[in-house]
Amino acid sequence: MLKIAKERLNELYARINQTMGLFIPVKKAGEVNYAVWKEGKEVSLETLKTVKSPKNMFFPQTENMMKFKTEGKNLEVIDVRRDYAEEGKLFVLFGVKACDYKAIDVLDKVFLAEPIDTYYKARRDASVIVTLACSKPEESCFCGVFGIDATAPQGDVTTWLDESYLYWQANTEKGENLTKLVADLFENGGDAEVRAQRQTTSEILQKLPYANLDLSVFKPENLNELFEDSAWEEMSEACLGCGTCTFVCPTCQCFDIRDFKTNEGVLRYRCWDSCMYSDFTLMAHGNSRTTQMQRFRQRFMHKLVYYPSQNDGLYSCVGCGRCVNKCPQKLNIVKVIKTLGGKKND
Amino acid sequence: MINETLIPKVGVITDVRKDTPDVKTFRVVGTDGKKLFEHMPGQCAMVSVPGVGECMFSITSSPTNKDYMEFSIKKCGCVTEVIHSLEVGAQITVRGPYGKNFPVEEDFKGKDLLFIAGGIGLAPLRSVINYVRHYRQNYGKVVIVYGARSKDDLVDIEEIQTEWMNEPNTEVYLTIDRPQEGWDGHVGFVPAYVKELGLNPNMTAVLCGPPIMIKFTLAGLLELGFDKSRVYTTLELRMKCGVGKCGRCNVGDKFVCKDGPVFRMTELDELPDEY
Repeated sequence: MLKIAKERLNELYARINQTMGLFIPVKKAGEVNYAVWKEGKEVSLETLKTVKSPKNMFFPQTENMMKFKTEGKNLEVIDVRRDYAEEGKLFVLFGVKACDYKAIDVLDKVFLAEPIDTYYKARRDASVIVTLACSKPEESCFCGVFGIDATAPQGDVTTWLDESYLYWQANTEKGENLTKLVADLFENGGDAEVRAQRQTTSEILQKLPYANLDLSVFKPENLNELFEDSAWEEMSEACLGCGTCTFVCPTCQCFDIRDFKTNEGVLRYRCWDSCMYSDFTLMAHGNSRTTQMQRFRQRFMHKLVYYPSQNDGLYSCVGCGRCVNKCPQKLNIVKVIKTLGGKKND
Repeated sequence: MINETLIPKVGVITDVRKDTPDVKTFRVVGTDGKKLFEHMPGQCAMVSVPGVGECMFSITSSPTNKDYMEFSIKKCGCVTEVIHSLEVGAQITVRGPYGKNFPVEEDFKGKDLLFIAGGIGLAPLRSVINYVRHYRQNYGKVVIVYGARSKDDLVDIEEIQTEWMNEPNTEVYLTIDRPQEGWDGHVGFVPAYVKELGLNPNMTAVLCGPPIMIKFTLAGLLELGFDKSRVYTTLELRMKCGVGKCGRCNVGDKFVCKDGPVFRMTELDELPDEY
């Protein structure tokens, strides 16, 4: 275990930034989000939940995919992708919490499944992820329900932060290489402090209000029974279909592909989309999900049943609680889990 | 260039056939004049007019055609409207093939086959029917029931009348919804016609057409004693990626783009009713 005094963190960031891009939670206009680090920016590692999750780093909210050029009748497809790894352009994603780190696992299973999404993979390959253990979990947190240990996230490097120090432990080759780059800024020590912090945090985690959510009913064999449950009508009644939950969600990965006409031809880009929107499934000849209830049901069935059914039981929720905090109607996955999961015990 | 499924190839339209007032069949090859890629009957491709949009269509030509691919496209939305305005020589983009094909080399082999299509539902079936005709000795009797709104809405009627109807051990039954001048064939909806024909329930059946036709035809087939595990259909939902990632074409835990579009009726029974 290595450690660095908190006052010297800026030196650490600057050092990393000499050779690599550094993305870190930065406060801007009252909101904390992952952004490029620069001298003078207000870093906020302590912020538990960035407004947007770091999925943005691998699966950007909008991303150019290709260009089309037309000359006379001739159409040309131009690949606009960059191979970051080949260019030697690694970037460090610093301060990723355990839930958000697990969410990258969930995204990997979609984008790295055959046929591999090379847009996503290029960024994944180019990234070095430094996670940060949680020490002050909030009431809306429920990562433990999904088997996530917020006190010891994985990643290329795991860090812990207390009042005085940032503690540092490399887990992978990428992490070791990053450590070599910054080793002279660190001193040895911290095992006892980290152990103590983990102990304290674990105790808080166990007492959180959602710590004991019961997921046992959400199994592939209950797919049709859950789909048909009459509770969806009432649960979804207040849903505005605004899509906020899908945009703040670290695992929501649905996207749209659209064309944009520019002066230099047509640009094809992809952007985040939301299953909460009525045109998500709209076709020229009809729509398979015409009501908000169907769209609401789709989102939660996907996270709790469909996705696990396709991915060896892994849920597509990591308990980050962003949707709990952000839904303007106070709807969220916790209520769904309680309502449908609770029935089992009636 | 990295091989990437979302990046399409450029295709050139080499022939446009107006099948019906709202259906045209487009013949497409690569810019080198060769077929763009190989496929199996029932598989689909993403066709796009850059700047307008990209849509999934079934490849209506048979894989046994080594020279080109064909798409029968009904004008019914903003992309298909622009596609319909394209002429020979126009360039579009195509990517694929996507999805699971009909089990022509497995379950269909050696069987008597019943094909039932309504309207533009003929497009995916034409690929299988011509595949079966090409390897005729591998399959038993073939019965084709095809219906449309009017005689002018029957897609590929020329190929049906000059080729399919003259194929040995093959029966073709055509029907239109309402009586029409110049039509001396059967009049009535497909589901009723299928029941009237009293078809042999030991055949393996493939249904393609509007959802309402599929629903009633399936009910009719079951009444005749057909086994659901030997009845196939195709589904169609909105798609963007074609490879199970964009998240919109799922029915329950299955994606139509990669787990379909071909489904066995018994498979559909296990899925939620949301398609």
